[in-house]
Amino acid sequence: MKDAAFAKFVVLVNGLVPLALLCWDAWNHQLGTNPQEFAIRTTGMTALVFLMLTLAVTPVRKITGWNFLSNFRRLLGLFAFFYGCVHLFIYFGLYQSFSIGAVAADSLKRPFIFFGMTALLVMLPLAATSTNGIIKKMGAKRWKQLHKLVYVAGIAGVLHYFYLVKADERKPLAFAAVLAVLLGYRIAKGLSPAARPVAPARA
Amino acid sequence: MVIKQGGQLGDGDVTDQSVYLNRRKFMRAGVLAASVLATGWVYRRLNAPPMVKSADRPLAKVVAATEPEAEPMLGPNDLKTSFDDITHYNNFYEFSTDKESVAAAAAGFVTRPWQVEVGGLVSKPRVFDLDDLLKISPPEERVYRMRCVEGWSMVIPWDGFSLSKLLDRVQPLSSAKYVAFQTLMDPNRMPNESSDLLSWPYVEGLRMDEALHPLTILASGLYGQQMPPQDGAPVRLVVPWKYGFKGIKSIVRIDLRADEPPTTWSAYAPNEYGFYANVNPEVDHPRWSQATEQRIGDFERRPTLMFNGYADQVAALYAGMDLRANF
Repeated sequence: MKDAAFAKFVVLVNGLVPLALLCWDAWNHQLGTNPQEFAIRTTGMTALVFLMLTLAVTPVRKITGWNFLSNFRRLLGLFAFFYGCVHLFIYFGLYQSFSIGAVAADSLKRPFIFFGMTALLVMLPLAATSTNGIIKKMGAKRWKQLHKLVYVAGIAGVLHYFYLVKADERKPLAFAAVLAVLLGYRIAKGLSPAARPVAPARA
Repeated sequence: MVIKQGGQLGDGDVTDQSVYLNRRKFMRAGVLAASVLATGWVYRRLNAPPMVKSADRPLAKVVAATEPEAEPMLGPNDLKTSFDDITHYNNFYEFSTDKESVAAAAAGFVTRPWQVEVGGLVSKPRVFDLDDLLKISPPEERVYRMRCVEGWSMVIPWDGFSLSKLLDRVQPLSSAKYVAFQTLMDPNRMPNESSDLLSWPYVEGLRMDEALHPLTILASGLYGQQMPPQDGAPVRLVVPWKYGFKGIKSIVRIDLRADEPPTTWSAYAPNEYGFYANVNPEVDHPRWSQATEQRIGDFERRPTLMFNGYADQVAALYAGMDLRANF
């Protein structure tokens, strides 16, 4: 195995660690007093962490010059989507008894469900267009444009968390701060004169 | 003197390719293992590992309550929640906002000496030493459902006596229409009271008729044991038809008054938590549904009952009231 392939393999294995620990805990009945709540909380948290990691790849790569980091971006994004789906599945099954109508009503009625749904729905086309073949078919430019939706997913994901907590907002605020830095970096770069195309001098 | 030639490497000194590759494999295995450990550690940090094993919970059979008025109120599906769960899944923000960390955070909480001051619109105001307070009436076992506003519930065998018995002692004036309660304020013993999470001390209140209702108790124990700190030692309020946050813990002051007292959660978010906070499956919390609940120990959620299943006993208190407006 080449080093690059091995590095991806490391990311893959690490991405499965939360799932493995969750299954291990479930198998050993170590999910605590309210296992349903624990499972839905941890999968949501894990999805959010992977979403932040995905968004961190580009800024960290640019600052450090470690270009190999971009190899991991797709995998990290897919893990965010994967854990988001497990999170949704628990909500769908245990909280809404697999009733699509109830989920739809809940999504429109409650801001935190609405934002959570938004985050996942937005990630769906991103996950679906993540293969090399599709990137080629779409063309890099269009693909890149579509994948800007990940910013929407990040914002919706953090809002989802923020609207859920009762009073202790420290954790959602920490995620909001991380997100602000990651998006702020992009805005700063985008707006800085160096990044702007140089206007041709007028004669 | 013979100087040994060094520095020159012969063929025999070249690391064998297989050894080199093995070392590489070894290093990769190390990298993989270390990263997995690190990820696992981060996962555990972000998702505080719970401390109770749910499988070890012996589900006790329903035991007939000794108190006649509590007896008919448990359904066949109301199995008592285990002592472990009751004592390791607590909302007690003075100690921690993480329900499974409260037990550890409250472990050394000192509750002796302890006094409860009862005053306001009463003819015989009095400061009770805890022992005198508990002597007012022998503790009765009251097995009540407990429904948290967050959507989970338990069945808890409390030990306590009706609050009305305490109120009788101080002789409320006819002008007294409400009862206000206050938790201990001591940031040295309740660490989060030095934070601005909520405004401290925690305060709660009941209308006079609610306070005098026989189901309303002052509890000083559960499962026949002294009240554990995490559940509100040494003495707390239990109002089984209301959401759990009405059951104020570690009470130091009870005041009878003419006007509706402020309550902590409704002061924090008036649109989300009302003064009454009666369990009501038809009136949602603005952010989540109250139609169902997760009974601790069950797999599936179950429907939430009007007044937490105590409608026969308490619905009359609210006759003619708009329960949507007075949530």
